[in-house]
Amino acid sequence: MKTILRLLGFLKPFWGWVVLSVVLSATTVFAGIGLLGTSADLIARAALQPGIAPLQVSIVGVRFFGISRAFLRYLERLVSHSVNFRLLAQLRVWFYGRLEPLAPAKLQDHRSGDILQRAIGDIETLENFYVRVIAPPLSAILVTAGMGWFVGLVDWRVGVALAGGLLAGGGGLSLLAYWIGQKLGAAHVRQKAHLNAEMVGIFQGITDIIAYSQEKNIREGVVSSLTAVSRTQRRLALGSGIVNGLMIFLTNLTLVLVLWFAIPLVNGGALEGYQLPVLAMLTLASFEAVNSLPQAAQLLRGNLESAQRLFEISDQPPAVIEPSHPLEAPAVHDTRLEISHLTFTYPGRPLPTLNEISLSLLPGRKIAVVGESGAGKSTLVQLLLRYWDYDEGEILLNGVDYKKMDTISIRRFLGVVSAAPYLFSASVRQNLLIVRPDADEQELFRAIQLAGLSEWLSALPNGLETWIGEHGQLLSGGERQRLAVARAFLSQAPFILLDEPTAGLDSLNEILLMRTILSLFKERGVLWITHRLIEMDQMDEIIVLQNGRIIERGNHHRLLTAGGVYAGLWQAQQRVLWSAGPELLV
Amino acid sequence: MKLDKRLLGLLGAERWLMLLIGGVSLAAAILIVLQARLLSRILTAVFLQGQDLNAAALWLISLLLVGALRAGAAGGVEVISGWLAVKVKESLRRTLLNRLLDGGPAYIRQENSGEVSNTFTNGVEALDAYYSQYLPQLVIAAITPLTVLLAVFPLDWLSGLIFLLTAPLIPIFMVLIGKGSESITRRQWQALSRMSAFFLDTLQGLKELKQWNRSRGHAERISRVSEDYRRKTMGVLRVTFLSAFVLEMVATISTAVVAVQIGLRLLYGLMQFEQAFVVLLLAPEFYQPLRLLGQRFHAGMSGVSAANRIFALLDSLPTRADSAGRKDLTFKSGDLIRFENVCFQYHHRETAALKGINFEIRSGEMLALVGNSGSGKTTIAHLLMGFIQPQQGRIWINQHSLEEIDLLKWRQQIAWVGQRPYIMNGTLRDNLLLAAPQAGESELQMAIRQAKLEEVIARLPEGLGALLGEEGAKFSSGEIQRLALARAFLKNAPIIILDEPTAHLDAALERILEESIRSLCAGRTVLMIAHRLPTVMRADRILVLRDGQVVEEGNHSQLIQENGYYASLVRGYGGRA
Repeated sequence: MKTILRLLGFLKPFWGWVVLSVVLSATTVFAGIGLLGTSADLIARAALQPGIAPLQVSIVGVRFFGISRAFLRYLERLVSHSVNFRLLAQLRVWFYGRLEPLAPAKLQDHRSGDILQRAIGDIETLENFYVRVIAPPLSAILVTAGMGWFVGLVDWRVGVALAGGLLAGGGGLSLLAYWIGQKLGAAHVRQKAHLNAEMVGIFQGITDIIAYSQEKNIREGVVSSLTAVSRTQRRLALGSGIVNGLMIFLTNLTLVLVLWFAIPLVNGGALEGYQLPVLAMLTLASFEAVNSLPQAAQLLRGNLESAQRLFEISDQPPAVIEPSHPLEAPAVHDTRLEISHLTFTYPGRPLPTLNEISLSLLPGRKIAVVGESGAGKSTLVQLLLRYWDYDEGEILLNGVDYKKMDTISIRRFLGVVSAAPYLFSASVRQNLLIVRPDADEQELFRAIQLAGLSEWLSALPNGLETWIGEHGQLLSGGERQRLAVARAFLSQAPFILLDEPTAGLDSLNEILLMRTILSLFKERGVLWITHRLIEMDQMDEIIVLQNGRIIERGNHHRLLTAGGVYAGLWQAQQRVLWSAGPELLV
Repeated sequence: MKLDKRLLGLLGAERWLMLLIGGVSLAAAILIVLQARLLSRILTAVFLQGQDLNAAALWLISLLLVGALRAGAAGGVEVISGWLAVKVKESLRRTLLNRLLDGGPAYIRQENSGEVSNTFTNGVEALDAYYSQYLPQLVIAAITPLTVLLAVFPLDWLSGLIFLLTAPLIPIFMVLIGKGSESITRRQWQALSRMSAFFLDTLQGLKELKQWNRSRGHAERISRVSEDYRRKTMGVLRVTFLSAFVLEMVATISTAVVAVQIGLRLLYGLMQFEQAFVVLLLAPEFYQPLRLLGQRFHAGMSGVSAANRIFALLDSLPTRADSAGRKDLTFKSGDLIRFENVCFQYHHRETAALKGINFEIRSGEMLALVGNSGSGKTTIAHLLMGFIQPQQGRIWINQHSLEEIDLLKWRQQIAWVGQRPYIMNGTLRDNLLLAAPQAGESELQMAIRQAKLEEVIARLPEGLGALLGEEGAKFSSGEIQRLALARAFLKNAPIIILDEPTAHLDAALERILEESIRSLCAGRTVLMIAHRLPTVMRADRILVLRDGQVVEEGNHSQLIQENGYYASLVRGYGGRA
């Protein structure tokens, strides 16, 4: 119920349109009832052969309702669809607004790609919330009340019979449909999701399956999932057949009841004989208002589930709370980023991921942070980007504490190249302009050239305007990273954070990319997170992290001669790299 | 139209259900007529003949009974239609599954596996509306109006004539307007999916937007795009809703015309009330199925567009000839694998993946394939495992062409280790035994030791019984690699085909894998798709591929001396380290 109210809240800004569409929808049904009612009235009175004059009103009524119904329906559809699209836009903007402060900290744990994909599907499901779920019952209530009252003018029992029949059809069968949906629908969704996951696994592992001759086992497994899905779907079809059959039966039952109460009235003279056929026709026509309600009830269930999933995501508190009176970082001549005694524990974890970290980054300085995966290297980058709020210690940007600044003004100082940069389904140009919308042509070409992409760009069919495919899938791994490097260069940020920028590249390519990066950002402050020890002699300082603590620091040669953990890592890597023997080195 | 035929063809053995739907619909239509006549009889009796409830009671009960039967018939049609759709979907999925397994890895490539599974689940599901709604409604729309017409004509031929003349207007208008709006609707649909894609892209790239301080202004852009979409769509809908308007108009005006003309004839005593009222009752029943057909036509059409994707997938898949009964060959020491002028081109690709490849692998030798992605390394591996056949040239195993050999038995002699090993739902033990179902406990333990999987198993409370896959424990990529290696050890096949992991692993983990891979390759014939220099350097021979051709061949020092493409790659890497 709370979910429904929250969803209805989205309709508030255009409630006038909502009311109009409900009224139009009810009026359309009334016009249909009016058409059949006046037709019955015309025929029944004509049977008494009273001459043409008394029939004129009915004839006009028949014509009026006959024509107006189509117009009303047309208007109703336009208005209700307009409401739908407004609702959809509203939901999108709302969801984005809620997600923005959550990203990326709160979206990391889940398999965020799936969650977002599902969120989009959920929002699209809710698109129908108004037209197919909310509007039909509202208009049905109007029709039920109106017709119950109108027919009740003849006799209260007749009115009650009709209203009761409509209520049983619209309300009772909707409950039944909702219940069936709850019983079977959830299982259906689960079975389909299971089938989908199974198929994804099979298709991704198809080489192994065929190579290990597992076709028969796979086939048996899938067929049993298919059988389960089919069984549920057959039950669902049975359920919806029963509900719709019951609706037809209820229509007839109501008709018989109405006649049962009305016939004695005719015999007693309380009701004119010609009014009986009209009553019968009105009863039959009224059911148009409730026919689609069971279906709406089933949709409601899916809608509520979608809404709950969306609310679950959007209701999370953001990881970082912006200060109410943010300070700007002072513009000083010697920009500096200082970390002192920084300690951070992920929510729900027993031990800190980073413990007492101190370092300071100046333009022109190169720092590498190395260590095994899980040592806390990437967390450091995330704290610097202010995706998370740290617990103890401080990060100072030009002497001002991070916690006192707006995240926007912090990030202006930082450029990033990550392991998996996201590329938008857009042109090369648009992907670069994300960083600085005001960059001119010359700057774009310079960034591309310095990132080593000139040759690549000249081979593109439309140059900068070439569409790079969904998520940039038309680019190779190396090209993606280089495009991200071009972005970072374009940003003009004084500090560059490199978060394993060569991950996913083969070893023959990674060193070339690192050389490009290091020469490109010679004048900026570089913090490089890596677990591959290449180009280490280029670093001013190497910080070795283990379990969130700095265990060694110094330059490459000092650390090697010290013979500690770093030296061990270096030798291990050398053994792997050059295990074929040094005599083959060129 | 061809597509419709193919969709009908999918009914297959379930065609009789369509007949059943027709039969039950006919029964329902007859009950509709009966119901109208009964109701009219009761009303006439009370209204004009002055009978009371006692006299009408029996009629009323019969009316209820007929109503119940009609309800049963209508519900029955729906249930049968639903079941028909379920049957069709299931058998289509079975066919797809078989064909996909026949087609194998060459047809389900890594990059489109998501799309294929989406077609398999959601694509086939989208056909539901076609079979459960559109097709049955087509039958109902043919049977019910015809039955009503046959009932109306003897009662009043003039009204029957009005029905007969107006009825075709509905499908005619439907087709006319539908044709015009179809392309508009399709364009609109594209706009919608583009907008969804834009929204998804924005959400997925939120981190990037945020990183570059662009995220807050984006809400406005979403709002603008949505509002823009709403305006355009409403413009289109104003036109497309006209079709519904015309259909509604035809149905209501016809009912009105029928009502007025029989009213006038009643007035002048040219007709009886009882008959007239039956005609009026039947008028909505006559038009209703036709209008419903219009609605369900659209539902059916979305299924048809899904069918296009499904059939395109089916048509791209080969039907594989069974290789059972062909020659059974064991690969022994001293044997030779030879690729002779092998060419291969994938379905729907413009350029050939392999353009006349020649090379040999002797037993006990390790051959490394080097080259960029797309140069043909994986295709060579797939050819050797018999997933695909060369369009030109031959693959020889000694003096036998691979075409003469029983492929299932051939594959038993190959252990394949890929980059993304298949993890099935089941225990760790099941997942290991997949490679060699008959392996005994001691062989299993041996393979685990060789692949250095013990420490992973020791960490799991259930040990080998731990569940993996969708509902089970998640393994890291390094652990999955070790699992794949354990499978290969367990299979103990003379030939190893290995796609070396490219994922970045810790130096320590890389060493563990390195050692296992080395002991796996020792004494076996190895085809290695290599990504890392040390592996390449260790190979007996290196085949450097570029755009489907062998550009260099030899061992590491030979190739360095040749000072070609390979040498430049190595220098780029090794110069500094």
